[in-house]
Amino acid sequence: MRIPDSLCRLVVLCLLAWLPWVAQAQDDPGQTLLESLDTTSYVEKGEAIEAIIASGDERSRRWLEALLGGKLQRHKASGQFVVVLENRGRHWPVVDALGFEEAGEMSRRELDRIGINNALRGQLQGALAVLDLHADEVDERREAARALLGDIDATLAEPLQALIDSEEDGEVRRLLEQALAIHRLGQGEMAAVEDLAGSLNSRVRAALSSASRSDDPQLAQAAGAALVDIEQKMKLNRGLETLYFGLSLGSVLVLAAIGLAITFGVMGVINMAHGELIMLGAYTTWAMQQLLPGQPGLALLLAIPAGFLVAALAGVAIERGVIQFLKGRPLETLLATFGVSLILQQLVRTVISPQNRTVVSPDWMSGSIMINEGLSLTLNRLYVLGFALVVFAGLMLVMRRTRLGLEVRAVTQNRAMARSMGIRATRVDILTFALGAGVAGLAGVALSQLTNVGPNLGQNYIIDSFMVVVFGGVGNLWGTLVAGMSLGVINQVLEPWAGAVLAKIVVLVFIILFIQKRPRGLFPQKGRAAEG
Amino acid sequence: MTPRRLALCPHWLAASLLSLGVVAPAMAQEEPIKVGILHSLSGTMAISETVLKDTVEMLIEQQNARGGLLGRELEAVVVDPASDWPLFAEKARELLAQEKVDVIFGNWTSVSRKSVLPVVEELNGLLFYPVQYEGEESSENVFYTGAAPNQQAIPAVDYLMNNVGVERWVLAGTDYVYPRTTNKILEAYLKSHGVSDQDIMVNYTPFGHSDWQNIVSEIKAFGSQGKKTAVVSTINGDANVPFYRELGNQGIDAADIPVVAFSVGEQELTGIDTAPLVGHLAAWNYFMSVDTDANYDFIDAWIEYTGDDMAVTNDPMEAHYIGFSMWAEAVRKAGTTEVDAVKDAIIGVSVPNLSGGYAAMMPNHHITKPVLIGEIQDNGQFSIVWETPSTVAGDAWSDYLPGSRDLISDWRKPMQCGNYNVVEGSCGGGTSEDVATAE
Repeated sequence: MRIPDSLCRLVVLCLLAWLPWVAQAQDDPGQTLLESLDTTSYVEKGEAIEAIIASGDERSRRWLEALLGGKLQRHKASGQFVVVLENRGRHWPVVDALGFEEAGEMSRRELDRIGINNALRGQLQGALAVLDLHADEVDERREAARALLGDIDATLAEPLQALIDSEEDGEVRRLLEQALAIHRLGQGEMAAVEDLAGSLNSRVRAALSSASRSDDPQLAQAAGAALVDIEQKMKLNRGLETLYFGLSLGSVLVLAAIGLAITFGVMGVINMAHGELIMLGAYTTWAMQQLLPGQPGLALLLAIPAGFLVAALAGVAIERGVIQFLKGRPLETLLATFGVSLILQQLVRTVISPQNRTVVSPDWMSGSIMINEGLSLTLNRLYVLGFALVVFAGLMLVMRRTRLGLEVRAVTQNRAMARSMGIRATRVDILTFALGAGVAGLAGVALSQLTNVGPNLGQNYIIDSFMVVVFGGVGNLWGTLVAGMSLGVINQVLEPWAGAVLAKIVVLVFIILFIQKRPRGLFPQKGRAAEG
Repeated sequence: MTPRRLALCPHWLAASLLSLGVVAPAMAQEEPIKVGILHSLSGTMAISETVLKDTVEMLIEQQNARGGLLGRELEAVVVDPASDWPLFAEKARELLAQEKVDVIFGNWTSVSRKSVLPVVEELNGLLFYPVQYEGEESSENVFYTGAAPNQQAIPAVDYLMNNVGVERWVLAGTDYVYPRTTNKILEAYLKSHGVSDQDIMVNYTPFGHSDWQNIVSEIKAFGSQGKKTAVVSTINGDANVPFYRELGNQGIDAADIPVVAFSVGEQELTGIDTAPLVGHLAAWNYFMSVDTDANYDFIDAWIEYTGDDMAVTNDPMEAHYIGFSMWAEAVRKAGTTEVDAVKDAIIGVSVPNLSGGYAAMMPNHHITKPVLIGEIQDNGQFSIVWETPSTVAGDAWSDYLPGSRDLISDWRKPMQCGNYNVVEGSCGGGTSEDVATAE
């Protein structure tokens, strides 16, 4: 991915733009420029892109963006170039590519797309990044400079140097200097190694590592030494990264399991439909996004209470419809709720669709925040981690500080005694189950941002949920938190060595052994509650 | 089960009347031709297989509108094997033994095909299998209308090697038979092209894997060694969605490390926001974006049939389209739906595919297909960036595995053998370790 002579030509083209003959052209020169794009050869297309950049036509940016997005198309019959505004479905609204006036709707059948491949995409992005270096916003300039790392060639090097001198922002200057240093390193310049030493950027590392294989032994040695130094620094980063991965996986496990910690742990109901309650929460998120098109963020926020309610209502239905009749018969409860889970899955398949549903991530949840150049944390997982902790804290509050929590604890410890004290045990059962189910719904809302929203969503989490609750100690919410987090971290530490499949097996074996040794889990309940 | 009884009723009636000599044989000919559809409509595979059931039903409807076959109506017999591999065998037996269907269109996963295989062979049925698979198999009763590895994986790797200049390879797959065999073939192929061991990273994940953080981070580290790196993904079905999402979030775009996938099609992409995936690749023999009139007609018919303006088509659907027309053509040629006659007639049959060419049934029961490489667009479609100059014939036995290199398959008389060993000169020679593990 190189950007041949773009910047150099840009300077030239600014001059050219003033030349009178451009204005004098009778026919629109754009037509010729675009026509040269309409070829099957990607090499020729690349040259045509160069020509567009060099033309200095003020529409060139819009053309390049349309080309990058696959929106620049040609009407087969008339040869008219158009820009497609919206390319879903069969009929697309278009505008004329030369005058940008509306040109009605055209069908997919009538249009020929000007296709690009990854190499051209790189070229286009590079060209647009060079243009963006002149943007007013600092953030845009930084983004553009970062995109140029590793993509500088000889023609760009000189004008870039001039740009660095006029650049006000230190970060942009630093990035551009780094980009230049990578270029100089490619030319075999020893001094460049020093400029690059200590940087954790992956493109810098890539450049150094190819330099360490260079024919010049001195350069290879210097680059190798710099690389060793960087690797040393990266070790700490990798450790932190693994810890983050582990906590993030742990937070997913905690979220999935914590509702179960209430229904199974506190109430003692083996609810195999727990996973499907999670699924309902995820589908609620999808439904909210359908109701509020174009506002995925708001829909997601509203899905939090909605998901809780939907799953809680489903929970009440399950409790009233099935579980209350099977009190004290765990085996039958297990089978009956397993049946409920199958019914719910097939219901979703039949009513909504067997296909997965698209849940859009809002912008503020996409991408990652950069801690340093070697370590960045993905945002969606960061949010889920925070959400898990908030849900946990909320649940602790409910169980410890509210009347409901008190009654729940009383009923589960000694049902007969609680009833004789005037607590309506049936009502408490319903509310507790609804609470557990509702929290499962919250897990579903969070999971919709990480994984597929489809009928099988719940199945993937039911085993893990039981594992976490049993490992943490049945009936103990803190146990669930600690168990989930530690299983997450153990899994992620093992994964690079053992591979994903083996890591899962090792974790399971570990839990089996642990339960053999301590059958009541990490935090066993003590006193009378344990016997009850 | 009432519909089945009803369907069986005229059968029984006709037979008993015939035995009484009351009814002329012409009446018996009015009996419909039964087309069995063996696709999961519930369970994990329903996501991929329900559309294939609908496709075959649509094709049957279209055929009936054209007057049926041999003057007889076609009738779909749909069963639901519920993503349960042993149930596939039971349902196949039900279709062949009780329903007496003339042909079966079905299966998605390799393991379900392996489960059905002995039943179809025992009861001498016809099975059209529409999905790309790992090869290393050729049955007298099965027609493989999906791609063999040499029609998908090998050309995709060639493209990356020659057109993109990739030197380092990550082979990532789900842990089951198709990815393991395909990756074994690819590894042998890459090594035969001078790629060293340390430039290949192989990684397997469980079904439905959703936590890709560590693996993506490893791929990132593997790819920052100064050599162009690509990921060849045999990750199955919807596990791809969180994988791609993680790639996007960790800032890996297609220009840095392209991912070429063999199991991601238009159907899978409808479940994702594709903006961060633009430029990642897929290798198939058909894309919905293929620019031919035959394809547009097919899409229009499909949209009309489903009533969903956003409905998408994909590669296995085209495979069923081809398989169905081949079978219909063979029945016409043989003048009967009798299995042995159709089996003989179908070899050499050539029908139009949807990408503007023809597909021919080869003697090894695989078909000829063009290979297309597409890049993902932001609207969930693929833009075709490369295609093979002509169609490629499916190879049942890979040339890159030591055990299967010497095997060929030819179901024409007089050879009629699915695994003829050209070195030993005998049929059934494929018992080497590699073939065994591949199966």
